[in-house]
Amino acid sequence: MAELLLELRNLRKSFGGLVVTDDVSLDLRQGEIHALIGPNGAGKTTLIHQISGTLAPDSGHVIFAGEEVTRLSMARRARRGLARSFQITSIVAGFSAIENVALAVQARSGSSFRFFRPVGTEASLNGQAMEALAEVGLEHRAAAPAAVLSHGEKRQLELAIALAMQPRLLLLDEPLVGTGAEEAERLIRILGGLRARYGILLIEHDMPAVFALADRISVLAQGRVIATGTKDEIRANPIVRDAYLGEEEA
Amino acid sequence: MRWRETAVPLAIFLALAAAPFLGFGQGHSLTLLARAMIFGMAAISLSLIVGGAGLISLGHAAMLGVGAYAVVVLDHARITEAWMVIPIAIAASAAFAAVTGAIAIRTSGVHFIMITLAFGQMAFFATSSLAIYGGDDGYTLYSRTELFGSRALEGRLFFHFTCLALLILCWGLVQALLLSRFGRVLRAISENETRARAVGFEPYRYRLVAYAIAGAIGGLAGVLLANGTEFVAPAYLTWQRSGDLLFMVILGGTAGPHGALMGALAFILIEEWLAHLTEHWRLIFGPLLILCVYFLRGGIAGLPRRG
Repeated sequence: MAELLLELRNLRKSFGGLVVTDDVSLDLRQGEIHALIGPNGAGKTTLIHQISGTLAPDSGHVIFAGEEVTRLSMARRARRGLARSFQITSIVAGFSAIENVALAVQARSGSSFRFFRPVGTEASLNGQAMEALAEVGLEHRAAAPAAVLSHGEKRQLELAIALAMQPRLLLLDEPLVGTGAEEAERLIRILGGLRARYGILLIEHDMPAVFALADRISVLAQGRVIATGTKDEIRANPIVRDAYLGEEEA
Repeated sequence: MRWRETAVPLAIFLALAAAPFLGFGQGHSLTLLARAMIFGMAAISLSLIVGGAGLISLGHAAMLGVGAYAVVVLDHARITEAWMVIPIAIAASAAFAAVTGAIAIRTSGVHFIMITLAFGQMAFFATSSLAIYGGDDGYTLYSRTELFGSRALEGRLFFHFTCLALLILCWGLVQALLLSRFGRVLRAISENETRARAVGFEPYRYRLVAYAIAGAIGGLAGVLLANGTEFVAPAYLTWQRSGDLLFMVILGGTAGPHGALMGALAFILIEEWLAHLTEHWRLIFGPLLILCVYFLRGGIAGLPRRG
C-alpha cells in the first residue's frame, strides 16, 4: 500500500456549545483521491481549515507526511507541501492571472526579501507559472487581470496556484461549485489527470464528479465521520443513503 | 496605466527643478517648496505602509520626529557632519519603527491605528520632557548639517536641490520596492492576506520590514525638516501631524508613491494658498478635503481615469 500522506487522529473542534468536528479520524494515501461528502453544515470546510492551518483544533492531531503539523501556521504547512483551494474563490484580484501563480512559485523558490530587481521580469518564476497555467488550460489568459476572469476560469486559476506550489497534498474545497457543465467537465478531467502525482482530499457536492474521481469516500454528518469506504461500499451503505445520498442515488 | 505612475512624478520633478528659475526663487517660495518636498518624502514613506502593506498608521509623524531629534542630539554634541548625521538619524528612526512595529503589526485594523497613535504620543511626550533639548519650547540648531565640513546646505538653492534629489531617490526606491519580489508579496498580503498565507508567506515579517523601511525614509525627511527650519520642537510629533500625513496619502491615492507625492504637494500648496486668503482658512480647508475624499475615491492619482 502506498505511503500515508495525511492522517487525522481524533480531531475535535467546537464553537461554544456547537461541536463542528467530533472525533474525526481519517487517512489519505499518496496518489489517492479521497472525497469528503456530507450535507451542508456537516463540518467539511471546518475540517479543511484545521488541516490547512486556518483553524486550530481543540484536540487531536494532524499528521502530514509522517510529521505532526497540528500547531504549525498555514504558511509553514504550505511550504511543506500542503496546498488548498477555497470554497469561495480566493485570488489576488488586482494581479494578472500569471502573477497570481508566480506568487506561489516565488513562495518556494528563493528568498522573497529581494528589494530591487523587478519581479515581473524573472523568467524562471514566469516560466514555471506558465507551466502551471498550461496544466489547467488557462495559458491563453495569462496576462488577463484576475478580476475579469469568468467564474470557471477563476476556479482553474486557483487550481493552477495550488499546483505551482508543487505540493504533495491538495485540499480542494468544492472546486466545481458554481461552474457550468462544460467548465465542470473540464475541471473533472484536469483533476483526474493529477491523481498520479498528488494526494487529493476533495470536498464536493457534485455526486457524479465524486463518484467519477474518488478512490475512497468518507461521509461526514454533524461533525462525525459516519462511513469511510470505496465507492461501492458507500453506495451500498444504508446509513449513508439515509443520511445523505437520498433517493436520487438509490 | 503604468505610464502615469512614472510620467506624472517626472513632470512634477521637472517642475520642481525649474521652479526657482521661473519666479519661485525668492526665500518664501523656496521655503514653501522645500516643505512640500519634505512632506512629499514623508507621505511616500507612509504610502508604503498604507498602500503597500495595507495598514493605516496614525503615528507616522513620530518617524520624522525621531529623525529630527537625532539631528538635535547630534547638534548638541557638536556633530553636524552629514555623513554622520544622516545615517544615524535613519538608523534611529528605522530602529524606532522596527521596535514599535514589532508590537503594532501583531494587530490590524482599528487596533493597529490605536497602537501606532499610542506610540506616536509616547514619542511626543518623550520629546516634550527632554529638558536639555528645550522641552516643549524646542531646540534651535547651532547650524545646518554640514557636507564634508562645508556649509553648502545653508544655500537656499542648494538646499532646494538637495531636497529634490532625495525626494526623487525616495520615490524611485519605493517604486522599485513595490515592483520587486518583496513588493509583490506585500501587495498580495494587503489585497488578500489569506491567499498569501495559503501559498506560504507569513505576512508579519513582510509588513515589519516595510514598516522599518518606511520609518527609515521618514527619518530622512525628519533630518531635512530640522534643517529647513533650523529648529526642532515636539510639535513635529503631534498626532495631528500624523493625521495630515495620512490625509496626504489618501488625498493623493494609495495606488503607489506617485499618489502620495501628488497628495502631499496638493495638501501643502492648498494650505498655503488658503492661509493667504483668510485667517479662517481651516474652515475652508476641512470641508475641501472632505469633498476631495468623497468625490475622488482613487485620490488625485485616480482623477484622469474619469475622462
